[in-house]
Amino acid sequence: MDFEYFTQLFLGGLTRGSIYALIALGYTMVYGIIELINFAHGEIYMIGAFTGLIISSVLTMMGMPTLAVIVLAGMAAIIYSCSYGYTIEKIAYKPLRNAPRLSALISAIGMSLFLQNYVLLAQTSDFLPFPSLVPNFAFWEPYSHIISSAELMILLTTLIVMILLTLLIKFTKIGKAMRATSQDKVMASLLGINVDQVISATFVVGSATAAIGGILIASHIGQINFYMGFIAGIKAFVAAVLGGIGSIPGAVLGSFVLGWTESFFTGYISSDYEDVFAFIFLVVILIFRPSGILGRSQAQKV
Amino acid sequence: MKPILEVQNMTMDFGGLRAIDSVDLSIEKGQIVALIGPNGAGKTTFFNCITGIYTPTSGDIYIYPRGKEERLNGLKPNIVTKKGLARTFQNIRLFTSMTVLENVMIGCHAITKAGIMGAIFRGAATKAEERLIVKKSYGILEKIGLEKYVDELAINLPYGAQRRLEIARALATDPFLLLLDEPAAGMNPQETMELDELILKIRNREGISILLIEHDMKLVMSLSEKIYVVDYGKKIAEGTPEEIRNNPVVIKAYLGEEIDE
Repeated sequence: MDFEYFTQLFLGGLTRGSIYALIALGYTMVYGIIELINFAHGEIYMIGAFTGLIISSVLTMMGMPTLAVIVLAGMAAIIYSCSYGYTIEKIAYKPLRNAPRLSALISAIGMSLFLQNYVLLAQTSDFLPFPSLVPNFAFWEPYSHIISSAELMILLTTLIVMILLTLLIKFTKIGKAMRATSQDKVMASLLGINVDQVISATFVVGSATAAIGGILIASHIGQINFYMGFIAGIKAFVAAVLGGIGSIPGAVLGSFVLGWTESFFTGYISSDYEDVFAFIFLVVILIFRPSGILGRSQAQKV
Repeated sequence: MKPILEVQNMTMDFGGLRAIDSVDLSIEKGQIVALIGPNGAGKTTFFNCITGIYTPTSGDIYIYPRGKEERLNGLKPNIVTKKGLARTFQNIRLFTSMTVLENVMIGCHAITKAGIMGAIFRGAATKAEERLIVKKSYGILEKIGLEKYVDELAINLPYGAQRRLEIARALATDPFLLLLDEPAAGMNPQETMELDELILKIRNREGISILLIEHDMKLVMSLSEKIYVVDYGKKIAEGTPEEIRNNPVVIKAYLGEEIDE
């Protein structure tokens, strides 16, 4: 077996998995806290990419240095996506919080379609070229045949985001409030936690990671369109389910497993069946572990 | 003496079912009051109405912290908690995957100020506050006698300790009134005796008033200064333990009616 080819596929899968993880985190956090599959989450990611494109084009035209463009476009995308995530929760999910879960799910699908078509009308239905924001670092040149600078950037950013998120959830006040709310909303509110605020915060944090993922992948692939959130959203959702939805380490693990599956199968068998392999793998995992790799099976109280 | 909690004419309907039927109740500062009655009498619903989980159909709930009158009807549970009411549940509702210390720290959130921004950027004020919370939580755990479990996961505690942890967590919100829903449920006699001491200690040392739902009559009679009896949502009696013990209406509610020939 060619070891270098294997390494390439391994790292390619890792990169892919990182992107899935950034989106899957939003799915799993929202599910963990209000047991809703937020189907509009892929669209948040798409909106992040569009905002990134618009702002980075403007800034590049103004002649800003590359680093400033990355940081400012990233910040703008995060802020914009967060405000969308916050608003979606307030208008589409909050009024349905005590309704049957199916209603909220349909509301989520509606929100997803609405946002896709909104961007289609407000922007364009064409593929837009996305500038490669990450330059080829000179010091990385010797290794760039294995993994490019852009991919390295994706890996590093994902790693930093994960560490920050872990710290946020484990050690901060809002993190504790999130864990408490996801376990028992009534008890949390009886201890003085403003549950509405915590849910909003969850949407904001999830949207921020999705926006980061949106910019990174757009700059890596080089083009975006209004439909990009759909398939990425489905894949990230698969990753979250694979790892055990509601569990944050599960979402990350599921994303990497999915990334590697796709990478190795397309590398060694055929690239035509990329999605097929991903979904076959999901089916197999769910047959043997219905609640996902790290998910805990829940006894239903009757 | 002036009351600190006053419930006037409170009624709670669920569709056609009247779970609570114009009940009055008042508690004075530092008093231990018990709410008793057969299963399904509406005791827990009563707690849910006071703590903001339900909004009562009619009637008023007033509290008098520092002598000022405030109406609780329709306030959300987190606001009611901030105003100084804390409660525990019949079934244990700890945050099982958190440590004992974290469980108590969550309770302290009600009285801290640092918001989301503070949590993310972690300024000096946030850090100082965090330290204060940890110190306070340790203090409460020591008082309740759980200091040896501090870093244990809540789920790994013995049953009696879990019940005490619920009380510790409720105390962390700095209440002036503690509502305990069957705190002795499932406890062995030894644990019940320790609970009896703990409740007295909380009242005597902190001056916190206590409203208690309990089926263990020995505990109720030894602790309470005043007892309210409800049945089918209606208040059927109130008085001192002595009066309640000899009240024929209460005996009838608990034991059923004798058939007179």
